[in-house]
Amino acid sequence: MIRIDSVTKRYPDGTVAVDRLSLEIPDRSITVLVGPSGCGKTTTLRMINRMVEPSEGAITLDGVDISRQPVNSLRRSMGYVIQNAGLFQHRTIVDNIATVPRLLGWNKARARSRARELMERVGLDGSLAKRYPYQLSGGQQQRVGVARALAADPPVLLMDEPFSAVDPIVRKGLQEELLRIQDELGKTIVFVTHDIDEAIRLGSMVAVMRTGGRLAQFAPPAELLSSPADTFVEDFLGVDRGIRRLSFFTSETLELEKTPIVAVDATAEQIASRSTSETPYLLVTGLDGRPLGWSEPGDLVAGDITPEQLLSYGHPFEYGRDSLRAALDAAVLSPTGWAVAVDGAGRAAGVVSQQTIGEAIRAAHAKGLTDAKVAG
Amino acid sequence: MNVLNFIQAFFSDGSHWHGYDGIPTRVAEHIQYSLQALAIAAAIGLPIGLVTGHYGRGGNTLALVATGSRSLPTFGLLVLMVTWLGFGLTPVMIPLVVLAIPPVLVTTYEAVRSVDPSPVDAARGMGMHESRILFQVELPGALPLILGGLRSAAIQIVSTATIAAYVGLGGLGRYIIDGLYQRNYEKVVGGATLVALMALVTIGVFWAISRITVSPGVRRSG
Ligand SMILES: Nc1ncnc2c1ncn2[C@@H]1O[C@H](COP(=O)(O)OP(=O)(O)OP(=O)(O)O)[C@@H](O)[C@H]1O
Ligand SMILES: [Mg+2]
Repeated sequence: MIRIDSVTKRYPDGTVAVDRLSLEIPDRSITVLVGPSGCGKTTTLRMINRMVEPSEGAITLDGVDISRQPVNSLRRSMGYVIQNAGLFQHRTIVDNIATVPRLLGWNKARARSRARELMERVGLDGSLAKRYPYQLSGGQQQRVGVARALAADPPVLLMDEPFSAVDPIVRKGLQEELLRIQDELGKTIVFVTHDIDEAIRLGSMVAVMRTGGRLAQFAPPAELLSSPADTFVEDFLGVDRGIRRLSFFTSETLELEKTPIVAVDATAEQIASRSTSETPYLLVTGLDGRPLGWSEPGDLVAGDITPEQLLSYGHPFEYGRDSLRAALDAAVLSPTGWAVAVDGAGRAAGVVSQQTIGEAIRAAHAKGLTDAKVAG
Repeated sequence: MNVLNFIQAFFSDGSHWHGYDGIPTRVAEHIQYSLQALAIAAAIGLPIGLVTGHYGRGGNTLALVATGSRSLPTFGLLVLMVTWLGFGLTPVMIPLVVLAIPPVLVTTYEAVRSVDPSPVDAARGMGMHESRILFQVELPGALPLILGGLRSAAIQIVSTATIAAYVGLGGLGRYIIDGLYQRNYEKVVGGATLVALMALVTIGVFWAISRITVSPGVRRSG
């Protein structure tokens, strides 16, 4: 465990970047430091690998004061990833990744084979191994940065805004990749970002810092959203924190309607029997069970249903895996106001109205079902 | 007679191709003086430039020293050295080295300073020793500029090494000085042509060195 014990950092020019900060960073999980620009996140992170020395206070790693450890071996036990990757332009991708193993004295062949292993782990095609950094996209470079940090299998990973220089879609991919890698490797990760969404997506624990380098709140993301410590945290979370909080409620609690669904080859009797007074629409699925679109029952002629005549259903949510947030979003975007639930294989599992989702939200809030974060 | 005729006459005269005053001998001497001066200048300028560039200190002092030594007249320095040290190679080397140090030193300092700071930060964060950071991260990135500094130093040395002839040594300056003295303009022009050719060869050699030593990753991105 990394313990930051009332640490203050005063730079030579008098700037107090971090002010009596205390944090206990749990092992084998992602702890995010988040806050507005200049609030001391980078300074805090860099004190953990002694790139910056605290003015007061101490940082311990597994009970040992890090200021007593040889600085380079401390750093080699902590992967370090920075914003624009900081790759060595003169080295190929494999050799970039092999850097720390080489520093640790591994021979070239072993370090390179380890590097290739890591390329696969972070989702980089092996054909990129012999390329130079300038031949890679920003997202790929960032993956190399992560692979390089992981190369010597350090127990700790320090990441300073690693994904902030790439576009939102690439960023989402990188975040998912990080969560997947973390599932496999279980590192102690300290992750700095100024993006509260990223903090909530990635963090098991989130430390919100305020300008002046003080801690505003340290809590799991669900708790942050449900009970912000003060107005600063509340403002920082943004106006849609209620909606965001839905990410922490599973869609499993929704009761799905299975009746108003017909296949594209439905008979006239099926169309008639599946129309109910509560649901003014029928969901038409393909022969494989995947949803095609909505239609009013009266517009469906047995044996002559074409996808073109159907209303789009927006996007479905995966029942049980996606959160209530995804379900609500699916309902809001559906022209009929009904969300389509699918199973893991993408087959329609049922439909659910905004009203039902609203009830589930109220029930979830009442029960405070915030234990685990669910996907989406 | 025009210059081209002089050149043609000089190079087609068979007696200019052998003996102690033949082209091969003079060229070899010239190369020897130049290489020695460049090696000394590099041995002084490179380490100082690398270290000050790495720590980012002493830039002003460097600039001052560089400007100061640039304002020293090379020929005056030669005369001074000869009166002080007598004839020999040393009084020739000193002005050449003084001439070559500023481009090597200042460019090396600037080159290291201008290396992208983020790989350096990453390297430090990975636990690389400072010396390794300098040689394995900063130097490869700074190499194209450093070679540029060495190249301009080398060209200046090659064209100035003709001063060796003033103190009775060899090199291509011999043709120029002897030619002037003997009013043999064929010789003067021939010598000058050889010096110009050597400068061109120097550029070629540095181009080849940079092809070999600069990583393709830096060459393209830099
Ligand atoms: N080397 C330094 N010398 C003096 N002041 C510094 C130094 N480094 C950072 N600071 C100051 O310390 C404060 C905290 O800086 P820090 O880089 O830790 O912030 P940050 O939270 O990482 O900000 P950002 O989100 O913009 O990266 C800022 O006011 C900054 O100007
Ligand atoms: Mg920062």
